[in-house]
Amino acid sequence: MSMIATDSGAEPAHRQLGMTDDEYQSVIEILGREPRPAELAMYSVMWSEHCSYKSSRMHLGRFPTEAPWVVVGPGENAGVVDLGDGWLAALRIESHNHPSFVEPYQGAATGVGGILRDIFTMGARPIAVWDPLRFGELDDAHNRYLLNGVVSGIAGYGNAVGVPTLGGEVEFADRYSANPLVNVMALGLLKREQLVLSAASGVGNIAILLGAATGRDGIGGASILASASFDETSGAKRPSVQVGDPFEEKKLIEACLELYERGLVVGIQDLGAAGISCATSECAANGGMGMDVDLDSVTLREKGMTAGEILMSESQERMLAIVEPEVVAEVIAIAKKWEVHANVIGTVTEGGALRIRQHGELVAELPAASLSDDAPKYDRPSARPANLDDLWAAGLESAPAGEVGDVLLALLDDPALADKSWIYQQYDHQLFLNTVVEPGHDGSLLRIKGTEKGLAVSTDGNGRRCYLDPRRGTSRLVMEAALNVAVAGTRPFAVVDNLNFGNPEKPEIMWQFIEAVEGMSQACEQLGIPVIGGNVSFYNESNGVDIYPSPVVGMLGFADPMPSAPPRLDRAADGMEIWLLGPRDDTDFAASAYARVILGRLDGRPAPADPELGPQVIATATELAHSLPVLHDLSAGGLGVALAEIAIAGGLGCTVRDVGWSELWSEGPHRFLALCEPGAMPEVEVPAVRIGEMGGDQLDFGEHGSVPLADAARVWRDALPRRMA
Amino acid sequence: MNVAVVVFPGTNCEHDVKHALGLLDIKSELVFHLETDLSAFDGVVLPGGFAHGDYLRTGAIARFSPVMDSVAALAQAGAPVLGICNGFQVLCEAGLLPGALVANRDLSFICKPIHVRVESATSVLTAATEPGAVLRIPLNSYEGNYVADPATLDELEANGQVLLRYCDEAGNPTEPANPNGSERNIAGVANAAGNVAGLMPHPERAVETILGSTDGLGLMRSMATFLELAGATP
Repeated sequence: MSMIATDSGAEPAHRQLGMTDDEYQSVIEILGREPRPAELAMYSVMWSEHCSYKSSRMHLGRFPTEAPWVVVGPGENAGVVDLGDGWLAALRIESHNHPSFVEPYQGAATGVGGILRDIFTMGARPIAVWDPLRFGELDDAHNRYLLNGVVSGIAGYGNAVGVPTLGGEVEFADRYSANPLVNVMALGLLKREQLVLSAASGVGNIAILLGAATGRDGIGGASILASASFDETSGAKRPSVQVGDPFEEKKLIEACLELYERGLVVGIQDLGAAGISCATSECAANGGMGMDVDLDSVTLREKGMTAGEILMSESQERMLAIVEPEVVAEVIAIAKKWEVHANVIGTVTEGGALRIRQHGELVAELPAASLSDDAPKYDRPSARPANLDDLWAAGLESAPAGEVGDVLLALLDDPALADKSWIYQQYDHQLFLNTVVEPGHDGSLLRIKGTEKGLAVSTDGNGRRCYLDPRRGTSRLVMEAALNVAVAGTRPFAVVDNLNFGNPEKPEIMWQFIEAVEGMSQACEQLGIPVIGGNVSFYNESNGVDIYPSPVVGMLGFADPMPSAPPRLDRAADGMEIWLLGPRDDTDFAASAYARVILGRLDGRPAPADPELGPQVIATATELAHSLPVLHDLSAGGLGVALAEIAIAGGLGCTVRDVGWSELWSEGPHRFLALCEPGAMPEVEVPAVRIGEMGGDQLDFGEHGSVPLADAARVWRDALPRRMA
Repeated sequence: MNVAVVVFPGTNCEHDVKHALGLLDIKSELVFHLETDLSAFDGVVLPGGFAHGDYLRTGAIARFSPVMDSVAALAQAGAPVLGICNGFQVLCEAGLLPGALVANRDLSFICKPIHVRVESATSVLTAATEPGAVLRIPLNSYEGNYVADPATLDELEANGQVLLRYCDEAGNPTEPANPNGSERNIAGVANAAGNVAGLMPHPERAVETILGSTDGLGLMRSMATFLELAGATP
C-alpha cells in the first residue's frame, strides 16, 4: 500500500477528505495511477455519503416508483408528475441538517436556495416551499437559538427570493438537541414543453456557468459536514457552511426561466454539493458524453484558489447550462439583463472523459461517469435493536384517569401540538395568489390559476413512533400524510421522502433504515402511489447519540376539479354535528402525545396501518371534502386535541358525548373528524359515528368534564411565543 | 387605462398585481426597470418584493433605477402612482411620498391578514372605497413600520393624506391592532395631490373569495376611479 503516502506521520490527504483507504484504492484502479490533487478532491466529494448514497443505494430500489402519471422518477433533480392538460408538477425534498446546527441562519437559508435550484433546473417555476424541522426541547436556550435562527433563515431567504413558504411541521426531543433536522421541500409548476433534463448532449455544445462568483465558502460541505458525525468541535466546521444570497438566486431563477421560455437550453444542472465537479460530471455522464472544462473562465470571488478548491466550492446560486454554440451570445445577453454572471467554461466532447484545465495545465482527466457510477456501494450490517422487546412489552393500553382540563391544557401547551403561527407568520405564504388553504391546517392547498386543478401538500414525520417501530411508524406516516391531503380535497398522488437517520455504521441504525424503507414502500403500494424522489441523511449522531429514526414524508395530493369551498378548520358554525370517521381506537398510546407530555414515557408498540381500511378512509375524506365545511385528521394528541383545534379556529365551543376517556387521547391511525349541518352527513362506507355538536363557549366532554374555550385558545396560542420571547 | 407594473430585479409581486388588475378589467403591462419612457401609460404600480435585494436600506438602490425618472414625471403630471409594500418603500426613498419605513417593532417578518380602516377616500388608492370602511388585507413585510417626524405626521393628518390605519376588526385603531409599530397606526399615505400613494399591506392578495378576502378590490380599482373622477372634473 505504498501509494497511501504520509508526510511525517500526518493523515494522508484522502483520509483528511473523508475517504477510506479502500475507496482510495478504487480511485487508483479507475485511473490506473495515483490521482492528482484536484481529482482526489472530486472523488472524495462525489463518493461522500451525501452525494453517492453509498450506504443506502442498495435499499432504495425497494420503493415503488412507477405510475402512469410519473413523468420523471427518482434520480433527476426533482420528481415530476403529470397533472393533465399539459401541466406538470415538480417535487423535491432535501436536508440541511448539519449546516443548520453549525450556523442555523445560513444553514437553513441555503437549504431553501438549494431546493429551489433543484426545481427550476427542471424548467419549473418554484411555487412553494415547506420546512419540516426537529429541535431539542425549548427549555434549553441553545435550542431556542437554533429554532429562531433556522426560522429566520428560512424566512430571510424564502421571502426575499420570492417563493412562498407554506409551513411544514416541527417536533421537539432531546435527541435533536445536538443534531437538529432542517429538511426542505419545494414544489414547482411547469408546462410539459418546458421540461428540461440535466443531460449534456451534442458534441461541441457549450457549458455556461451562470450565477454567483465561486469562492472558498462551503468547500467540503458534502463530505465534511453532511457525511460525518458531530462532537464538541463542530463549531470549527463553520467555514464549511455556505452563505446564501437570495437576490442572486431570484435573478438566477428569472434568467433561467427566460432561457427556457426561449428554448435556449439543451440541458442544465444546478451546482449544489460538490459544485462544479458534480455538475460537469453529471451533465456529461447523463448525456453519455465527455466535457472539456477550463477553470480560468470561472469568475472567482478571491484570488489564488486552487483547482481543487474551485471544483469543490459549494458557493450558492450557480447553474451549469448546456447550450448550442450559436445561441451563446443570446444566453449571455439574457444573463446580463438579469445581472447574472455567465461564463463559457466548457465544451461537450465525444467519449466519456472529463478533462479540466487550469492555467493551461491539465489538473484532472477522468471518466465522467466514474464519479457517480463507480461510487462505492455498501451492504452495511443491520441488527434489530436489543431494547425493542422491553420497550414493546412496557406499553400502555389505556390512559390513567385524570382531569380533562389538566390533560387538555397540558397538551395544548406542548410546543409540538400548539399553534405554529409564530413560525409560519414569519414566512410569506401567500405570494403568487395560489394559497387556498394556508399553513395551520392538516395540508396546505394550492390552486393552479386558469384551471380547476388543485394541489395539496403535507409533510409528516414522527421520530418517536418510528423509534418504537420503524416499519409501522413509517407506513403510518405515509397514511397520515395521505389523509392530510385528502381532507384538503385531493387524492394522494406522489411521495417524496427525506430519510434522516443516525450513523449507518451501527447495525441498529441500518436496521431502522431498512425497516423504514419497507414500511414506506408497503404503504405507498397500498395507496397505489409512487415515490418520485428522496434524500438520505445519515450520520445524524452527536457525541455518540443518534437521533430518533426520522423519515419525513412529503405527500403531494391532486384534485381536478378541486373543491370550490375546500374544508377549513375555521368554518365551524353553531349547531353543526361532529362526526368521527374511521376505526374507533382507545388503546394506541405508543409514542402518543399523552404518554409523552402527561406521563413522560416513550414505550409500547404502535398499532400498524390497516392496508384495506386506511386507503378507504382516505378516499372517503377526499370525497367528503367536496361538500363538508370542516374535516380534520386526528394525529398527535388524538381526538381531544383535534376537537380543541376545530373549536379554537372557529371560536366556538363543542359538546361531545359517548367517547371514553382513553379514546380522547389515543392515537390510532386512519381517523378524522367531520363537521356538517344537522342531518347532512352523507352515507359513507367506512365506520362513522356522531359524537357531538358545535356550540357554546366550553369544550364540553360530558362525563369527563369541560374546559373554557377561551382558556384552551390562550394556552394554545401562547405556547410558542411564550417560550421564544 | 393602461398601467405599467414596474419590475426591478428582486421584485416578486408583479404577476399578482397584474392578476388583480386583470380581474378588474384594468389593462397592465410588466415594465422592466431599465425602461426610461412610460409616456404610453396612464399610471404606474411599484409592486412588492425586494428590489435590488434590499440589502441596503429598502428602496435605496431602486430609487436610482432608470425607470424612476419617468415614474417621477408621471407623478408630477398628476397620473396615478401606487406603491405596494416594497413599492411604498421605494416611493418614500425617492421622495415621492413623505416618511420612511423601518424594521417592524418586534424585529420579525410578519405575514398575516390585518385590518385597516379607510381614513380618506380622495386618493388614487382609496377613491373607490368609503371612508370608515374596515378592510381585511394581508400584510407581508419586515420593514413595514411607518415613521415620520411629528410635524409631517400632523400635516398628513390635516391634509387627509393618511389613507389607511391599522385597526381591530371593529375599526378601532388600537395599539394591539398595530402589527408593526407604525406611527399613529398608519398603513398607507398619499402625496398632497392624492395621485401618489403607498401602503404596506397587499390589496392584490385580497381580490378573490377563494383567497380569503375580496377587501382589496376597491383599493386596486381606485386608480381607475381616481382617473375617471379627475376626468370628470372641469
